[in-house]
This record gives sequence, structure tokens and C-alpha cells, in this order.
Amino acid sequence: MASIGIRSVRKAYQKNAVVHGVDLDIASGEFIVILGPSGCGKSTLLRMIAGLEEISAGEISIDGVVVNNIEPRERGCAMVFQNYALYPHMSVADNIGYALKVAGVPKEERRRRVEATAKIVALESFLDRRPMALSGGQRQRVAMARAIVREPKVFLFDEPLSNLDAKLRVAMRAEIRRLHRRLGATSIFVTHDQVEAMTLGDRLVVMNAGRVEQVGAPAEVYNRPASRFVASFVGSPAMNLMEGTIDRHGVFVYDEERRVAVPDAVENRLVGHKVTLGVRAEAARLVEAGTSGSLPATVDFVEELGAGRVVHTDLDGLSFAVAVTEPVALLPGTAVGIAIDPADIHLFSSETGLRIDAAPAGAQVEPPLVP
Amino acid sequence: MVERTPIFDAICQVILLIGLIVALLPFAIVIIAATHDIRTVNIVPMPLMPGHDLMANLHEAWVRADLASKLLNSILFAVSVAAGKVILSAMAAFSIVYFRFPGRSLLFWAIFITLMLPLEVRIVPTYAVAANALAPFQAILDVTGITWLIRTVSGFQVSLQWGLLNSYPGLVLPLVATATGTFLYRQFFLTIPDELAEAAKMDGSGPVRFFFDMLLPLSRPNMIALFTIMFVWAWNQYLWPLLVTTDPKFGIAVTQLKLLIPSEFGLPDWNVAMAGTLIIMAPPLIVVILMQRWFVRGLISTEK
Repeated sequence: MASIGIRSVRKAYQKNAVVHGVDLDIASGEFIVILGPSGCGKSTLLRMIAGLEEISAGEISIDGVVVNNIEPRERGCAMVFQNYALYPHMSVADNIGYALKVAGVPKEERRRRVEATAKIVALESFLDRRPMALSGGQRQRVAMARAIVREPKVFLFDEPLSNLDAKLRVAMRAEIRRLHRRLGATSIFVTHDQVEAMTLGDRLVVMNAGRVEQVGAPAEVYNRPASRFVASFVGSPAMNLMEGTIDRHGVFVYDEERRVAVPDAVENRLVGHKVTLGVRAEAARLVEAGTSGSLPATVDFVEELGAGRVVHTDLDGLSFAVAVTEPVALLPGTAVGIAIDPADIHLFSSETGLRIDAAPAGAQVEPPLVP
Repeated sequence: MVERTPIFDAICQVILLIGLIVALLPFAIVIIAATHDIRTVNIVPMPLMPGHDLMANLHEAWVRADLASKLLNSILFAVSVAAGKVILSAMAAFSIVYFRFPGRSLLFWAIFITLMLPLEVRIVPTYAVAANALAPFQAILDVTGITWLIRTVSGFQVSLQWGLLNSYPGLVLPLVATATGTFLYRQFFLTIPDELAEAAKMDGSGPVRFFFDMLLPLSRPNMIALFTIMFVWAWNQYLWPLLVTTDPKFGIAVTQLKLLIPSEFGLPDWNVAMAGTLIIMAPPLIVVILMQRWFVRGLISTEK
């Protein structure tokens, strides 16, 4: 177990910067998930922690020791790769035990530890097989066993579940969670799958274009996204976002017919500002067309999900998803209204993309946006 | 395009059969000629029914060309060259693929270009180097004036000398470098996923360990293929062994064949020459037959 400190870490390939200054503190034993779209620098960050990539600027420390110039093998990290990276010419037992063999652990102890580890991931009966003769899930477990057997201070997972089919992924997710509870080692898990991120992480780190957009508990990231990017990336279906301005009554105006009252907009000096209004599909409601205060829309199509359904509507060119629980019989083209509770509104600055927080009652007003 | 009609199949088989006959006919004639006595072998045209003197001819060739010791030399020579090529090219490709150093790709292309310079083209300079393997270094010392400096200061004349003529190292070493082999290994190493190297790195293995624990076992089919090709190639070398070994003690079997070929005014005993040929072509044939299963796999190299 170890804490990890990341101080303004940057990575550039020649002139091409991919990570622009990341700061992050990871507590001992924590399960951190780094979430972001492909190419956002999340894997690069992980590989810098592992020691597989050089750190262009900044500092990474493990247990207080700066590891920038320490070889991967001396950092005490174990890594699980996306494509497993098993040694194809070795048996499962040799795969798991290779790190111990390199470290010079005596044969007898090696065998004992390999067997104990195989038991943890339920691979005892496959120890003599070659990776070729294993299924995807079993290979994944070998890769995990290879990491576990070293008793590392830090586990690094680089999208380990993305090569598995949907059902197996759910099972492995649970297994990783259980394993973490059992071993308690600090873990960093990189993924682009937000469901994985929400279910696994103690805390999420949402990254975009080489920058950290938000760090927080899964619920916090979901309920209070720090930026427009986080809002659109976390949650399925994605949060509905509408561009508009706040008029002098403190009402968000998307167009002539579609207005949403924004609480405390005047107090927060938002009048006249261009903002992005976000509403989760789960928070919006479908009402009769023409209901006062609702946004007029037409039904585009209905996505049936079994447990619920998502009605995709069209607001004169802007698509807007509404999640409903009851079965609905809506034909494409039907006129409906969308009702939005002011409490469910997320506001983001159109310029910076950052969240604009409504001032809670009694609290001091946020720094003025208008000078 | 895959055509599957009976007529087309038949045409294909006929073409293949013609090819097979063309390839095997000379071989068959060698075998038949080796079974005749000297009178029959000189009848024009030579009878195509095998005679009864195969053993006598083989024995005659064996004794006359001193094949016992020459075959031993040949095996030693071909195995050393093939093994040397396998080891050297594996290491060369390893350094080119897995290490970032300045001039890396320049070096690779320099090696690659030597494909266009077979031994026959560079045989004179190679011979000069073999005559004194340290000559290039001597030249460097001479040109830079270090020889002069040492002579002036200490009165000692530096003259480096390491002759390789008429020795096994002289036979083998100049033939050990191989662009083909390096290229074959490089292509194979490039197909090994980077994650494998990274996983090994995370497991604590250094480069040398990675080479021996991962790359060598994984490239076994490659090695066998390369060894087979290079063994046959080395076995068939004629010019270099002829040049570098004037001492019959180091002679190899292929150059020895010359002794068996009837001279202009000598006895036209082609039957013995053919018997000798049969003996000498046996070892590479055996190697190819034994290795062919792995050999094919190594060249296609699609095992995942």
C-alpha cells in the first residue's frame, strides 16, 4: 500500500504535448479511476506512473519518494494491460511466477506463492496450460494474478476489461472490486467506460485533452459535473445541453418558445450572459404538448431498454433525450412538452465551459462574473 | 481469385507435374549415372536403367577425394557459419528493434544494403582483411599518425598482425554476418507486441533477460528456418573456401569435388564423379528433410 503524489506532471512527444500539467493526490489504499475519451492522455499518465514513459516535467512520488528516475521494477507497481500481454510460450504458472523468478525467489517458495495466487483468481486447475488455450476471461485473470503475486504497492490497470464481452466485463468488474477490498492495495484504473468508472472507483478523475476536468466521488461527478465536458461525458444517455442566454428576468432563453426559469440567476449576476443549460435525461419529464412552462418538442424515436426507455425528441434541430420508466406509446412526430424542474438544472459558462454554481441560500455569492 | 473446375484443376496438376519432372530429372540422372560402370556411363545416350556398381563407385569417390575428413570439415564449417549467423543476426536485430540510439535506422539500412554486396563482389577486400584481420586498425593508426607518434616516442614499431588464412576462423568468420537473417529477425521482432516487452519490464526483467527469456524462445521457428537456409548456403560455398584454405587440411567437401571431375585427358569416369556428388549433397538434404516442418512455420511465422 502506498500513497501517490502527482505534481504538475506533463508529457510531450517532441513538440506534441499530450498531458498538460496534472495534479493529483491518491491516498493509500484508494481505488482511483481515470476516465476520459480515447486520446485524452489517461493511459499516458498511467504509464508515467508505471515508469514506461518518461516524465517530461513535474514529479511523481510513491510513498513520498520521487520516482521520476527510478526504474519500473523498483517502483513497486504492477500493471494489467489491455491485451493482457501474457508470455505466449510460458505456462500459466510460469507467467504468474515470472516476476518472482526474475527477483530470484527460490523455486519452492515461488511454487507456493503462485499456487496461492492462482487460488485467489480461481485458476488452480489451469496452471499447466498455455495462454493460447485459455478463454478471454481466464487470460484476464492470469494477467491479474501476475500482478497480484508480486504483492505490489500499487496496482495499475490499463483498460483491462475492454477486450471482454459485456457479460464477462460485469463479472470481472465485480471481481476486481472484491479483490481490491481483499488486498487493499492502492489501485489506479484507466477506462473510457463510464459505467466501469462509476461502479469501481472510490474517486473518479475525469480527463479531457490532457487536462483533469474533475476529481470527485462518482456520485459527486454525476450530480455536480464541474464542466460541460464532464456533464456530456458522464451519464448515459448523455446530459442534454442547450445553448442560450439569460434575459433580464433571470430566465434562460433558448429560442422564442423555449424558456426555462433559472433560480438565483439575477442574484448571481448572470443576466445577459451566454450559458449552457444542462438537464439529465432522468431529470426531465414528458408532459402534454402545450402545458404551460414546458418546452415544445416532437418525438424522434423511442429507445426501449427493458427496464426503462429513452424518448429522443427534437427541439427544432436540437436533440433532447428524456428517460421514462413507464411504457409509452409515442409515434415519431408526436408533439410533446418537456418539463424541467429548476432544481435539476446545471449551468455552464458558454465561454469557459465551467460550471456556474447557484449560490445556496444564505451563502456568500460567488465572485461576480461581470466585472 | 480461386477457380475450381475439373478442367482447370487438371491443367494445374499437369503444370505442376512438368515442374516436378524438370526439377527432378537432373537429380535422377546423377543417381543413375552413379550406378553404372565406366563403360556404360560413356555410352551415348546413357542407358536410363540403373546399373549395379553404386557401392563400388561410392567407395571409389570416398577414397579418392578423401571425403571422410573433408565432410567433417564441411560439417564443422557449415554448422559454425549457420549457428554464427543465427546468433549474430538475432543480436543485431535485437539492438535495432529494442534500443533507441542515434543512427539506429542508418545502421539498419547499412546492414540491409549489404544484401546487394554478396561475397563474390567484395571478395578481394575480404581476402585482404582475412590475411590480416587487424589491417583496418593498422590503417587507422597509420593515417592518424599514432604509429608515427609511438615510433618517435618509444622507438616501437606498431604492426598489428592477425592472419586468418588457412584456419577455421578464417573460413567461418567472414561469412557470419548476414543481412537476410537480421532482416528476418527484425521483421519477427516487430510483430511482437510492445506490451510484452513492457510487461517483462514491469516484472523486473532487464534487456538481456528479456532477450533470453522472451525473444529467443518465441523466435525458435525463425531460428530453425534461418539455420536451415544458412546451413545449405554455407555447405554450397565454393569460392571463399577455395581462396582462403590453400592447405588441404582445411579443405571442404564441395571444393574437393573438383578432384573427382575427370580432366581433359584423364579417364572419363563420370560414374565416380556422380557418386561423389551424391555423397556430398546428402548432408544438406538430410538437414532440410529433418527441419522442413519447423522451417515452413518459421518462414510464414503467423503463430500467435
